[in-house]
Amino acid sequence: MHGIAFDVAHLLAGCLVLVSFLMLYQDRLYSLLNTYALHAMVLFLSVAWQAYIQNAPHLYVTAGIALLFKAIIIPVALHRMIVKLGIHREIETVVGTGPTMLAGMGLVGLSLVVMLHAAAGADLMAREDLAFALSVILLGLLIMVTRRNAVSQVVGFMSLENGLILAAAGAKGMPLVVEMSVAFSILIAFIVIGIFLFRIRERFDTVDVQALDRFRGERQ
Amino acid sequence: MPIILLLSGIAALLILALLALFLSGRSSATSVVYGGGLLLSLGLLGVGAQHLLGNTAPLELSLPLGLPWIGAHFRLDALSAFFVVIVNLGAAVSCLYGLGYGQHAEDPSRVRPFVPAFVAGMNLVLLAADAFTFLLSWEFMSLASWALVVAAHRDPRSLRAGYIYALMASLGTFALLLAFGLLAGPNGSYAFAAMRAAHFTPAVGALVLCLVVLGAGSKAGLVPLHVWLPEAHPAAPSHVSALMSGVMTKVAVYAVIRIVFDLLGPPHWWWGVVLLALGGASALMGILYALFDADQKRVLAFSTIENVGFIFVALGLALAFRADGFQAAAALALTAALFHVFNHSILKGLLFFGTGAVQHATGTRDMERLGGLIHRMPVTAFCVLVGCVGIAALPPLNAFASEWLTFQAILLSPSLPQWGLKLLVPAVGALLALAVTLAAACFVRFFGTSFLGRPRSEAACGAEETDVFSRAAMLFLAGVAVLAGLLPGVVIDALGPVSSSLIGHQMPVQTSQPWLSIVPIAASRSSYNGLLVFIFIAMSAGIVASTIHVFASRRVRRAPAWDCGFADPNPALQYSASSFSEPIRRVFGPLLFLARTEVEIPPPGSMGPARLRVHLEDVIWQRLYMPVTGLVAGIADRLNVFQFLTIRRYLSLVFLALVSLLLVLAIWS
Repeated sequence: MHGIAFDVAHLLAGCLVLVSFLMLYQDRLYSLLNTYALHAMVLFLSVAWQAYIQNAPHLYVTAGIALLFKAIIIPVALHRMIVKLGIHREIETVVGTGPTMLAGMGLVGLSLVVMLHAAAGADLMAREDLAFALSVILLGLLIMVTRRNAVSQVVGFMSLENGLILAAAGAKGMPLVVEMSVAFSILIAFIVIGIFLFRIRERFDTVDVQALDRFRGERQ
Repeated sequence: MPIILLLSGIAALLILALLALFLSGRSSATSVVYGGGLLLSLGLLGVGAQHLLGNTAPLELSLPLGLPWIGAHFRLDALSAFFVVIVNLGAAVSCLYGLGYGQHAEDPSRVRPFVPAFVAGMNLVLLAADAFTFLLSWEFMSLASWALVVAAHRDPRSLRAGYIYALMASLGTFALLLAFGLLAGPNGSYAFAAMRAAHFTPAVGALVLCLVVLGAGSKAGLVPLHVWLPEAHPAAPSHVSALMSGVMTKVAVYAVIRIVFDLLGPPHWWWGVVLLALGGASALMGILYALFDADQKRVLAFSTIENVGFIFVALGLALAFRADGFQAAAALALTAALFHVFNHSILKGLLFFGTGAVQHATGTRDMERLGGLIHRMPVTAFCVLVGCVGIAALPPLNAFASEWLTFQAILLSPSLPQWGLKLLVPAVGALLALAVTLAAACFVRFFGTSFLGRPRSEAACGAEETDVFSRAAMLFLAGVAVLAGLLPGVVIDALGPVSSSLIGHQMPVQTSQPWLSIVPIAASRSSYNGLLVFIFIAMSAGIVASTIHVFASRRVRRAPAWDCGFADPNPALQYSASSFSEPIRRVFGPLLFLARTEVEIPPPGSMGPARLRVHLEDVIWQRLYMPVTGLVAGIADRLNVFQFLTIRRYLSLVFLALVSLLLVLAIWS
């Protein structure tokens, strides 16, 4: 294993986990979006580095998609959406920052333990990469679970998807078609969710999903 | 060739079922469907009988149907051929009866399409030679019969019966599915030929036996899996009740024989214990239920449980003898079981036809509202009398011969080496003896209350004899029952190939015995001659009757009877069905039926009537099924909360499930 190639890949994947942690405690929507843009940026760097060391030109396409859509278009669109919805001042806290961070650490530990055992026979780099990717996925789920606002749940979902891309880029020989289809499905999911957000807003004057639950008249 | 004929007959029955759908509005539909069914069943019966009596080698056929990598396998051997005869004999007579009965049934278009489909399903089960085809046909048979049970869909009782039946049938098929899964082994060899060749560990054998008893036993009506049977069988129209009770339970017996005797390999002695214990319990409980019920069709359904118990006891004996290497005794017990299968299918069909005729004539099945029908429906009464005598196992009718053979097998049990069997078999024999006597009481009550005495209602008073097709069907079955009783040796010899193919041994040839006797083991030990018994009974009864006529009739004087102080006794004051069974209820009621009697005596001076109320509860339903249904309902109530969570909680649930699975993975390794 080339020392520097492995170290840089390791560093970038670690940075992605770190940025996920940053997202965990952002309680304002603007800062959450900015952190998400940073997350996508780190993903772009990580995938591009993988493309360079694996000598796989199609991964550059993936990296480009990540940069264009995830770091630029989606954050800008969500930014405008937040302005239109007028919720940029909202603060949401479902679970306190401290417990959330502790839970996040526990999840990272868990994914490391699981992956180091499960992929014991695999290539060293793929193993580390998968462990980090699983951490990012679990942290993305944690963001979704601890948020109440529909927009921040969407952001959590996007960061989860970044973890999937990281795992896919680390595994050598992943066909481009799969990555393209994943990217497009995410895009479509984003569009659908966006439309839904506006519809929800039209109906209920809020995008707080608790309002939906109240409207259903069911127990909390 | 015969197997292709059989399969095309089955296909023709299915086409007939479709045709019945298209004809549903026409007046000719009943004649077309039941006439076609009669002809096709007769054809199938002929092919099956020819194969059974011709004693030819098993025929096999595989068709490229069903799952692509398995195909559909069919096999016709002696066992299948015997049951093909049973099923199609029952089906043909049912169709003959349906030609008349179907004309005046209510809502016949809900019944007609399913009768040929049901018969086709039962035939397919008998021919199937791989697990997939078998289960598919089994489920088809269950579904067709379910549709017939809920034919009277406006009656809430039939809907409830259909619901319970659907539950029990799915449970049974599920158990059979698991049993075949175990038999197929890890390689998934679903053909019966591969299962036959495989060897199973004792644990697998035991598990398969239990699953088969659960799966096929619930269809046959073994206690405690019988709860659906007394609800579902009476809910269907009478000719279908006859098919379900007389024939479908036999298909379940076929499944047990096919899997346990044929596919599972050499038995262990305690396998017999399972069948013996369940069979003995079914025989006793079934006939006790029958004794305390006043609904004619429910009485017959409960009596089916008793007879199925009898068959299972004989099968258990055959297993035990075979495990210990007593091939002759095993052949005797198996032949007794199969003979009883034949007898019960004939008699139960006959009795259900009789009740159908009575129900059509009077509009009721409640014995407490019938009576005196022997004068208004003489042919039906005679046929039902033959059926009652037969099913009460009185000589010289057919069921006596098969039950006598079973008792002969029980008497051989002291030679078994295991002490468990040595003690259990005589105990089960005593249970059976008790069940047989109670059955006699039950059918005296059945016949006496419905057909003798004075009519207890207007409807019974105005009853008329049933139509010619129904009478023909009943007379035919009564004739078969009498013939099989007088010449049991012929039937036993026909069963020889079945027993020799399953056990490798068969009973000695009976038709060569002098005077048409049957000698199961040795003439020095025991023998029975139905014909001689019949001649003796006929002669002695004739002599007594003519003596009374010659010497006593002239002395008869008509005079007012001593009326115990009642000037004009109401017909309701006659000896009734519940008063007949009262002494037996006193003995068994408190223990097995949680019987409570309440007596209400009006206060002195009041003119109100005194009342006696008897409460009976089904102890098996109360103690076994109620806790289970309560548990399921309780769990369902608790889980209901999960239908009304918030989106975030659902997400959290998914998240927690993922994390806990990962945790398990981390700790496990």
